[in-house]
Amino acid sequence: MATTTTKSVKINNQPIKNEIVEKTSVYKTNQLNLWYGSNHALKNIDLDIKENEVTAIIGPSGCGKSTYIKTLNRMIEIIPTVKTSGEIIYRGRNIFSKDYQVEDLRTKVGMVFQKPNPFPKSIYDNIAYGPRIHGIKNKKILDEIVEKSLRGAAIWDEVKDRLNENAYGLSGGQQQRICIARCLAIEPDVILMDEPTSALDPISTLKVEELVQELKTQYSIIIVTHNMQQAARISDKTAFFLNGEVIEYDDTDKIFSNPSDKRTEDYISGRFG
Amino acid sequence: MSTKDSNKSISVQEMIAQKSNRGLLSRIEKLVPKILFAIAAMSVLTTIGIVLTLIFETIIFFTRVSPLEFIFGTEWYPFANTTPAYGILPLIVGTLKITGIAVLVAVPIGIATAIFLSEYASERTRRFIKPILEVLAGVPTIVYGFFALTFVTPVLQSIFPQLSIFNALSPGIVVGIMIIPMIASLSEDAMTSVPNAMREGAYALGSTRLEVALKVVLPAATSGIVASTVLAISRAIGETMIVSVAAGSTPGFNWDITGSIQTMTAYIVQVTTGDAGYGTTIYYSIYAVGFTLFLFTLVMNLLAQYISKRFREEY
Repeated sequence: MATTTTKSVKINNQPIKNEIVEKTSVYKTNQLNLWYGSNHALKNIDLDIKENEVTAIIGPSGCGKSTYIKTLNRMIEIIPTVKTSGEIIYRGRNIFSKDYQVEDLRTKVGMVFQKPNPFPKSIYDNIAYGPRIHGIKNKKILDEIVEKSLRGAAIWDEVKDRLNENAYGLSGGQQQRICIARCLAIEPDVILMDEPTSALDPISTLKVEELVQELKTQYSIIIVTHNMQQAARISDKTAFFLNGEVIEYDDTDKIFSNPSDKRTEDYISGRFG
Repeated sequence: MSTKDSNKSISVQEMIAQKSNRGLLSRIEKLVPKILFAIAAMSVLTTIGIVLTLIFETIIFFTRVSPLEFIFGTEWYPFANTTPAYGILPLIVGTLKITGIAVLVAVPIGIATAIFLSEYASERTRRFIKPILEVLAGVPTIVYGFFALTFVTPVLQSIFPQLSIFNALSPGIVVGIMIIPMIASLSEDAMTSVPNAMREGAYALGSTRLEVALKVVLPAATSGIVASTVLAISRAIGETMIVSVAAGSTPGFNWDITGSIQTMTAYIVQVTTGDAGYGTTIYYSIYAVGFTLFLFTLVMNLLAQYISKRFREEY
């Protein structure tokens, strides 16, 4: 299902065979290893993540799935003991190379966290924060960005009359969509989502899932989830992590209907994890 | 305990029942809050006692000196033999000079230190600098006074030759140094308690460290920072030893900081260490000045409380 979407993606220089559009890679991970001090958390990861798809990363707690997604925008480096080897190629450039400014990477690659983390500012200032730090000061342009981002995150109608209220007055699900809107405000290329619905109630979860489906037409989305039904519902590709290794990476349909590895089958059928 | 013991027939519940002394225990339980209340009441009563003393003696002072003269008078010559003047404004101005200079020194340095400790310093650096700050806070104020008089003033005099040996500038700066640890430490606490999730949210949008510190952490910690500053100001207003040693004893109603001044606290020291007889107007005047000082620090402390409640950013 994934690589055969009928959507007319405008991709140049791509060989088209049997009407299948081969999508461009956003991220190519080659032999990535990561250590927390002496703890070897990611082992020889090879993953090729495609454009305009939803890629789900599943696996039991402690398997390295959150570590991996945080490596993609180098947020993992906040932890001082982290060491990495190997490379992650984002749009043709190794993100670990010395001359790659981490701020540039994170301007291109947005992130939504497990717990909603809006700033203790007004809803408007939350959304305008990103554009502002990147130099957009014009009030009219900011107004437009705020509205567009809030509409994009399907929360405009709920907050349009209270843009100057503190974002912490909203419910958890609304806060998470504010965080998604905040991320959309700088129009990133990729959106990383680290268990974005694990702190939300079922209805808010549904809203975020629907949102992910809409967003994937414009963004490449990588989502970590411990909810297998969620991965099956919303993703095109799924990677199964176990003990810091990628056990299986394939189309979501294939992973959930006919996994090739016994361990994947055991995990998705609920025998462990 | 092994079940093979001879007393195995006695259950734990039975043993508890044997040992139990419910009557005495419940009497103690009832007594404890009363004892604790009495102890807690002591500090409250002491405070009330101090305030009442201040008020009564101040009232006696105002039977001799008109409150209008006291509040609006611009001359303070209590020791003049013929026509003593009791206008408190020169003393207030003296206090404000010291406090103003101290704030100008302490707020930028204190907040910059807090930003460094909370957002930039490694755990090792923090463990090294924080104790030093605490030592700075523990230096006796009389030592600061000597430091102002015998070190800072000569240094300043080599830069500004017109500076008198007693002046407002030098003790003002030293009072500022004294309150830096207070501002730095409390502001650092406020900034450290801003959840990391917020920093991560900002980093994930491509913020630099400085942007995270100034645009996310600092605003989120505003209430704590302002409250710490107000508390520090209140400390500067009440500071006594440094100004007694290094600021002189010449109350003046002007904004000159190079000449000798007198603060409210220094005046009280001057009178209490001198030989003003009990019952004289001068004797009662220290209560009136003390009461004024008390009002200043009270207002500052209430302001600090109000600010930390009012501007608390919910997260």
